[in-house]
Amino acid sequence: MANISSNFLGIKSPNPFWLASAPPTDKKINVLRAFEAGWGGVVWKTLGSQVKNVSSRYSAVNYGGHKIMGFNNIELISDRPLDINLKEIKECIKLFPDRAMIVSLMADNNKESWHEIIKKVEDTGAHGFELNFGCPHGMTERGMGAAVGQDPEIAKMVVEWVMEKATIPVITKLTPNVHSVVPTGMAVVEAGTNALSLINTIQSVTGVDLDTLVPNPYVAGKSVFGGYCGPAVKPIALKMLTTIAQNEVTNKVPVSGIGGVSTWNDAVEFMLLGASNVQVCTAAMKHGFRIVEDMCEGLNNWMDEKGFKTLDEFIGKSVKNIVHWEDLDINYHHIAKINQDSCIHCGLCYIACEDTSHQSINLDFGKPYNTYSIKEEECVGCNLCQLVCPVSNCITMEEHRVAPESINWIEYQKRGLPLNDH
Amino acid sequence: MAIHSNKLSATQYEKNFSDIHPPFETKDAALVEANRCLFCYDAPCMKSCPTSIDVPKFIKQITTDNIKGSAHTIFSSNILGAGCSKVCPVEKLCEGACVYNLMEEDPISIAKLQRYSTEKAIANKWPLFSRKSSTGKKVAIIGAGPAGLSCAHVLSREGVDVTIYEKEKKGGGLMTYGIAAYKVTPQFCKEEVDYILSIGGIEVLYEQELGKNVKLEDLQKKYDAVYIAIGVGLARQLDIPGENLEGVVDAINFIYTIRNTEFGKVPVGDKVAVIGMGMTAIDAATQAKRLGASEVTMLYRRTQEEMPCTEVELNIAKLDGCEIIWLAAPKEVLGTEGRVTSLVAEKMTLGEPDASGRRSPVSTRETFTIEVDMVIKAAGQTPFQQLVEQNHLQHKNGKILVDAAATNLAGVFSGGDCVNGGKEVVDAVQAGKEGAVGIIKFLFPHSK
Repeated sequence: MANISSNFLGIKSPNPFWLASAPPTDKKINVLRAFEAGWGGVVWKTLGSQVKNVSSRYSAVNYGGHKIMGFNNIELISDRPLDINLKEIKECIKLFPDRAMIVSLMADNNKESWHEIIKKVEDTGAHGFELNFGCPHGMTERGMGAAVGQDPEIAKMVVEWVMEKATIPVITKLTPNVHSVVPTGMAVVEAGTNALSLINTIQSVTGVDLDTLVPNPYVAGKSVFGGYCGPAVKPIALKMLTTIAQNEVTNKVPVSGIGGVSTWNDAVEFMLLGASNVQVCTAAMKHGFRIVEDMCEGLNNWMDEKGFKTLDEFIGKSVKNIVHWEDLDINYHHIAKINQDSCIHCGLCYIACEDTSHQSINLDFGKPYNTYSIKEEECVGCNLCQLVCPVSNCITMEEHRVAPESINWIEYQKRGLPLNDH
Repeated sequence: MAIHSNKLSATQYEKNFSDIHPPFETKDAALVEANRCLFCYDAPCMKSCPTSIDVPKFIKQITTDNIKGSAHTIFSSNILGAGCSKVCPVEKLCEGACVYNLMEEDPISIAKLQRYSTEKAIANKWPLFSRKSSTGKKVAIIGAGPAGLSCAHVLSREGVDVTIYEKEKKGGGLMTYGIAAYKVTPQFCKEEVDYILSIGGIEVLYEQELGKNVKLEDLQKKYDAVYIAIGVGLARQLDIPGENLEGVVDAINFIYTIRNTEFGKVPVGDKVAVIGMGMTAIDAATQAKRLGASEVTMLYRRTQEEMPCTEVELNIAKLDGCEIIWLAAPKEVLGTEGRVTSLVAEKMTLGEPDASGRRSPVSTRETFTIEVDMVIKAAGQTPFQQLVEQNHLQHKNGKILVDAAATNLAGVFSGGDCVNGGKEVVDAVQAGKEGAVGIIKFLFPHSK
């Protein structure tokens, strides 16, 4: 059995799965249920400024019969009295001393407010802070949340205020509602943050009700842009995470990965691209806290199969495999191959290739079953057929190198090799 | 032991004749199934449908909440798409070809999904088709069965005025009169016919029978073209002694009575033998059981390998408790006082393949006797050969000969069971469409 325990800035948890700052972590009853279910830690829902919520608060994007491919919310930070939150945080830490308790903060935009909340929260015995510089709705209009995270200078200033006062580790949570997370990331690292977490939610409209013509979520005939999350945002989160992992300044601090993590597989991908642990919200909101069981078991089994004994052995291992386009090997080529024994003759590969790609699949008419085969000389190896094929391993991509030598774009140009020759 | 009616309570009849293939109870249930569909290209299901319904498209339209579009897709290819969703032997057509079969997974419930969309269209009376303005051309159709209705609908859409001459009191043909009541109810058949006719431009004259009160030559004079869709209807005789005893009935009449009478008023024996193993034989056997017969025995002179019905149909009979005796041919019906008391059958064995390619049954000369009070003949149907001959139509064994739906008589077209000898409803629908195409070309030779 591998060891899946996690040590994030000295904050220990039995596994690398934390619940992100969100509704599931906004009170004792939820957090105790999460700890009982086996979650390694929680980031308590953001405390700080005084707010008032509206109804409704959530909406979703469904796809192909599956609910909640993407999810958005317009809920604000905690709307409960601060003293009750603080009391409950203290009680949770006492009941589950082996779990990580991080508290998310978003104070009004002045040093005094930040210092005051930091003091009060530290008194609970919490293990760390997460600065909410990411919330994209409601708080931004008041100069908080994403409004801070979108401006590296402001973010830096706030982190400096926090670092003056905080005696426990500080994680700064980044907003994805920027062209790049790196400038803010660099600014807050330079200001002294101990770690980063990303991504927060992405501003979004999940859809429009075709009867009422009002977008979702619905509030008295109106809607607002909500923060998008869930499985749909994972690829965006992974990209932003990678840019942080590759930057010389930001990769000096640990990162807590967030954004559509639903399974152990997702978590491993985040960790391979540089996250030291992951935070989960939407998947738990959809299925309940019990999903952590398979996350732990799956991670453990995968590590055993791969021979990794601790998380550190694989964290960041895939970062180097994402390069610039011009570093790619132009002589690499692969060609699709259809395994006729497993083909079910659905024609999905054919129509995708014929209509939208390179007309590289033959159709031999049959009644009722056509036979499909690859025109090897036409295939550019784009993967589309394999991606649409409903049968596992029916279409495989077979390596057919153009030449044994690896050659990148720079070298290719230098040698004056042919362009636009397909 | 006797043939009589009212064997069961009203509740029991209702239970026995309730829908054998219940619909999706909810939209969500339909969506779960619709979302399983892979949306195949040049889909095997579509190619296995005689009317070429674009199955992936109509299922996709269910998932996009475009039920009107879904129903339109179905009805564009098959105006009896609602009825076909209940009576088609889909296991050998669309669902039998579904690519999921090749993954050893259950095929998509195409029929059930087709029913979902078409029933909504009929219940809400969605006007999915409109007529072109009248061309002034008039066509007579003989027979308001699937072929006749299908032909009429296409012609009406093209602006042709159609008059259908129907010998029965209701339209729908075999759908209304010849199929097990647990598949389609009389109420459904009426609604389906009404929906088809709601396009307008189609008048149906009931109790008008070719060769009785309708003459082909009169129709030829009165109309620009005639389409003959009279189906088949004569039960094949067994040609064995005792066939005329009281208690020997043919399956067509037996089912016709069930479809035209309250269940409690249909006479049925206690011990019933059914001769044959086609769809009609199954419909007769299962319904005899459901009407209260205590024992139903089906006799077939070949084996399960050669049976004309599908395995799904055979299983309905088995689940209803019908006994099956393979390799048994009726030899003689015995009776006392003119009433059936038993059936003598010969044990058969399989010999060389015959013209149909199936191994032909050969008698072993060994016989056995089963005690019965009713014998239902379902050994196939024969065309109305005499009627066809009287009207000077070229035919082969009574089946009208056509070339692109045109008969040997100018302006007279034909299709459906009276041409093919008796196939599925869905084949008749396709024949009706092809008949309409032939008629349109004949009426408007210069249009494209």
